[in-house]
Amino acid sequence: MAETLAPPRLLPSGDSAITVEFSRTIDDAANRRVLALDRLIAAEPIAGITETVPTYRSLLVHYDPVQITFDALAEQLLARAAKAPPSESGTRRWRIPVTYGGEHGIDLEDVAKALKTTPDEIVARHVAGDYRVAMIGFTPGWSYLSGLEKFLHMPRRKDPRLLTPAGTISIGGIQTGVQCLAGPSGWHLLGRTPVRTYQLHRDPTFLLEPGDAITFSAVDAKTFAEQDRAAEAGEFVAELVTP
Amino acid sequence: MSKLVVSSIGPASSVQDGGRPGSQRYGLTPSGAMDRLSLAAANALVGNDLLAAAIEIGPFGAAFTARGGAVRVGLAGAPRNADIGGRAVAFDGTATLAEGETLNLGFARGGSFSYLAIEHGIEGEPMFGSLAVNARAGLGSPYPRPLQSGDELKTQAASGAAERRIELPAATDAPIRIVFGPQDDEFAEENKKLFTDSEWKISATSDRMGYRLEGPVIKHLDGHNIVSDGTVNGSIQVPGNGQPIVLMPDRGTSGGYPKIATVITADFGRFAQISAGRPFRFKAVTMAEAQAEAIKFHQLLRSLPERLRGIEDFGLNIEALRDANVAGQAVSAIDAATWQVAVP
Repeated sequence: MAETLAPPRLLPSGDSAITVEFSRTIDDAANRRVLALDRLIAAEPIAGITETVPTYRSLLVHYDPVQITFDALAEQLLARAAKAPPSESGTRRWRIPVTYGGEHGIDLEDVAKALKTTPDEIVARHVAGDYRVAMIGFTPGWSYLSGLEKFLHMPRRKDPRLLTPAGTISIGGIQTGVQCLAGPSGWHLLGRTPVRTYQLHRDPTFLLEPGDAITFSAVDAKTFAEQDRAAEAGEFVAELVTP
Repeated sequence: MSKLVVSSIGPASSVQDGGRPGSQRYGLTPSGAMDRLSLAAANALVGNDLLAAAIEIGPFGAAFTARGGAVRVGLAGAPRNADIGGRAVAFDGTATLAEGETLNLGFARGGSFSYLAIEHGIEGEPMFGSLAVNARAGLGSPYPRPLQSGDELKTQAASGAAERRIELPAATDAPIRIVFGPQDDEFAEENKKLFTDSEWKISATSDRMGYRLEGPVIKHLDGHNIVSDGTVNGSIQVPGNGQPIVLMPDRGTSGGYPKIATVITADFGRFAQISAGRPFRFKAVTMAEAQAEAIKFHQLLRSLPERLRGIEDFGLNIEALRDANVAGQAVSAIDAATWQVAVP
């Protein structure tokens, strides 16, 4: 099977990092190969690699040029990419509570209007989805999920908001996401979760890993408030579902 | 216990160290000093670990007062007028503040960031192994935010060691070297050429996340959106308006604009020191050259403790004064204005 896979492109990101690019578009198969290579590098380390950063379509490999050159590392990365099986093993599945609409999801009604349906239908479809953490990036814990059904695909806002709340659950383009910290966003806000994907002084500090499976469950605002207090005190709130 | 109390300080000043790499896969940006060489020089002066936490002082002035005992400090980076109670203090040197004395620092000249290292280090609670401030993520210690007047940085009493200077390579205003990629194929050759042939300025709206560049419009071949991928310090992304942004230590760990090139490791600190509005150029180098320079840069960092000298070695030797000028900035080393204040 491995011999049918096209080799990734190796792109220089300065003198201390290589971008291993499997695809130029959002593509679940490419993402699985990214995560497979990431796991293989963790299992069979290459001296000189300091850190790896998986994204939708590429693996950014940081390295120390004092220990290994671009050419030597490129060769080893290509060899590993050729043998990394693009399958998942030991996937964790999380159920994440979300309160949809109202003050917690100020765009829900507009999204329903734009998609010519009702807010309830949007919530039902969003909750029904089976998602995967394709990457975590931008700010701590910001988890980009793949698996949003086509009906819910929607272009980003023309005018990004400069400040959206911590815990926001939103959709943008063909993705949905769990935002951890307050910050700017051009996505459409459907709801909020009490789950902290990043919380200092909690073990683990980061809850989700790239490759984790995610489902959402709708909760009312009162439950959200209770769970938000529990989460603030260090509880996960997100539920680890037995596969 | 001694402490350094912040008497006054401008914006963009914070505790920074070598940063906290290792969690970029979770979206946690590394932060850390804008100019590593100057941070390391300040630390070397007072015998600290080279990438230990120090105070990164932005372009505006600042003042610090010793309380609870004497405090010994090392100063490096962008030079400024500096005195303790009217007694001139040399840059790229150490000074000791007796109990109650105040170190006054003026505006940065010929650079943006100066580093004040405290002998015995700054007491704090490391988060992911680092005290570096990343205000957005609520990280940093002793304060998870930029410094303010009244803040206290605890340390141990000054050792009473003789004051020192450090010999650094002469400053240069040579072009900032880059390697093309990872998305330089999103730009036509003529636009890559425009990028390296043009004069650029850094916009006043720049910060620790990114330096916005002002210059000719760099056009994309095929739109300005790419699927987000990872970033590094020095990634030069080109958004829709064609004005590049160079990503700095507080950058987002991923981004969705094509990145035409990357500033090389050896020149990153020098780039970070370029003041807003000062013209500069880029120069493309090969990967082999960039990596050779990166190795030389690491060797230079490691050699800093060997570059310490007693102040008597400096005397009024003009050559030594010139050599003692900071390396982490894009100014002429023989511009008298940049070293005159270094005369005790």
